[in-house]
Amino acid sequence: MAHPSPIVDVADLRKTFKVPEREAGLRASLRSLVRRTTRQVKAVDGISFAIHPGEVVGFLGPNGAGKTTTLKMLSGLLYPTSGSVTVLGHTPSRREKDFLRRITLVMGNRNQLEWDLPALDSFELNRAIYRIPQEEFRRTRDEFIELLDLGDLVRKPIRNLSLGERMKMEIAGSLLHRPQVLFLDEPTIGLDVTMQKRIRSFIGEYNRRHGATVLLTSHYMADVEALCRRVVVIHHGRILFDGELAALSHQFAAYKTIEVSLEDGTVDLSGYGEVVGREGGRVTLRVPKDDTSRVTARLLNDQPVKDLLVEDPPIEDVIELVFAQEVVE
Amino acid sequence: MTTRTSLEPPVAPPPPEVSRLRSLLDFYLTSTRLAIIRNFQYRVANYFYMIGMLAEPIMLLVVWSAVARSRGGSVDGLTPGDFAAYFIVWTLVRQMNIAFTPAAWEWRIREGQLSGWLLRPIHPINYDLADIGGWKVAVIVMWLPIAAVLTVIFHPTLHPRLVDVLVFAVAIWGAYAIRSLALWLLGMVTFWTTRVGAIFETYFAAELILSGRIVPLKLMPAWVQRLANFLPFKWTFGYPIESLVGRLPIAQLVGGLAAQALWIAVGSGLVALLWRRAIRRFSSVGN
Repeated sequence: MAHPSPIVDVADLRKTFKVPEREAGLRASLRSLVRRTTRQVKAVDGISFAIHPGEVVGFLGPNGAGKTTTLKMLSGLLYPTSGSVTVLGHTPSRREKDFLRRITLVMGNRNQLEWDLPALDSFELNRAIYRIPQEEFRRTRDEFIELLDLGDLVRKPIRNLSLGERMKMEIAGSLLHRPQVLFLDEPTIGLDVTMQKRIRSFIGEYNRRHGATVLLTSHYMADVEALCRRVVVIHHGRILFDGELAALSHQFAAYKTIEVSLEDGTVDLSGYGEVVGREGGRVTLRVPKDDTSRVTARLLNDQPVKDLLVEDPPIEDVIELVFAQEVVE
Repeated sequence: MTTRTSLEPPVAPPPPEVSRLRSLLDFYLTSTRLAIIRNFQYRVANYFYMIGMLAEPIMLLVVWSAVARSRGGSVDGLTPGDFAAYFIVWTLVRQMNIAFTPAAWEWRIREGQLSGWLLRPIHPINYDLADIGGWKVAVIVMWLPIAAVLTVIFHPTLHPRLVDVLVFAVAIWGAYAIRSLALWLLGMVTFWTTRVGAIFETYFAAELILSGRIVPLKLMPAWVQRLANFLPFKWTFGYPIESLVGRLPIAQLVGGLAAQALWIAVGSGLVALLWRRAIRRFSSVGN
């Protein structure tokens, strides 16, 4: 089946910032009066990827990897230094109104709603800004109130809401115009587990109902695992991995974990692999990936095993491995 | 149920286009309404703010009234009653002159407020004009009792014609538009340097002398009055006050509105021009 043309198309994208540099102290300060020194910092260093309609892609990387800079270039807030970007057929840096009406960028640490007014009023302002017809506005607003379980919270001034409640309002407000492309930068940052879950299920539901394309950054792997089949891993401005989330473990994890439940939890299993956990009758072993089948067979033969579970390592550990590998290179 | 796939999804159609002017009007009405709600919510704070701003005109009024009395009852034909009328109207015009300050641009950029607005399909100046404009509607309502108290205390000589009131009602909004555009232009300097404070102080000093803020312009030397005609300051301050209290000939009233329209056109053109460059620069250095 032919692939539809990509919604987001990025080719050899680069962004370099000129950063002033000065040593501490009075002498350096005086010297900088006559000779200002600057340094070129490559925030994004030649990345290429494409996202197709309806995809939800996780954009992963440590702090300073270039994720937010990339999202800002994709949403038109930053001009690329070189390379090309098209989103929905538009060049984002031109910031055409038709483009802006079809995207949204939600940043977990920024608040765009009216602080002193109930969210309903801010929603009304967004209706006017995005020229949403009244009937459609009411329908979408009520749908979001239900999906995000906002209830009467929409009638409280934003300043009186908790961080999680504010974030739910922020997301609802940002999607009222039903954007086709969502750039979500840490939408669950600082939220408790329940609120994270609610927000990620809403994003998933929005994607399913409206066929929206989503590019999501998050340090919470639960977000990524729940929403993204595909991930793009970026570090030092370069893409280290672009593919299925499941393939990330296969490619980078050198080991698997085996959880064994035994009648007697005190048995020494160090001969089978590295014991990394022991709780009651349950022992967790870490074994080289290639040895997994052999070790599993030996355990089942040698020990009175009640239960056995072979797993890829947690995605957090795999991501850590990816970054560590890049550093070694 | 639909699932995530690489198939073409049922992309939601964009909302149908409403006429551009109608939607801009809708935005202004909505934004202004929200600003009014917000400011009536903080009416006590707003009153304290307005009362705090009375110190300057009352001081100027007392000084000029004393000067008039010491000179046999008037200064260049202006009596204490004329000064009272001038400085009481001054209190409203001063409120109308308040716009988004250049100094706050640095905060706006640092806090990401500007980025938020750049992502929306509307020029951010519309938001400032509508939001601060809404605040002014609340201010005008709250100013009326203050004006009544000042009238009882200082006995202004004020006998405006209907045409004066009508021109004044337009001129105070013209003043607001001119000053907003001027301060936006100054504020945009932030995109090139964060030291806008010094530039703003220079602008403010010129405005103080050439606008009619510290003294009615007719008391200034003739060359200052001539110079003031060619600069924007007078059209934001002295002219709106004079239009109500000065019993200006119709030609001068209409001429003043025309001058305001000209400065609004010039300001809008310059903002449009500089904004494109400023955004290009902002997008290059980022925040």
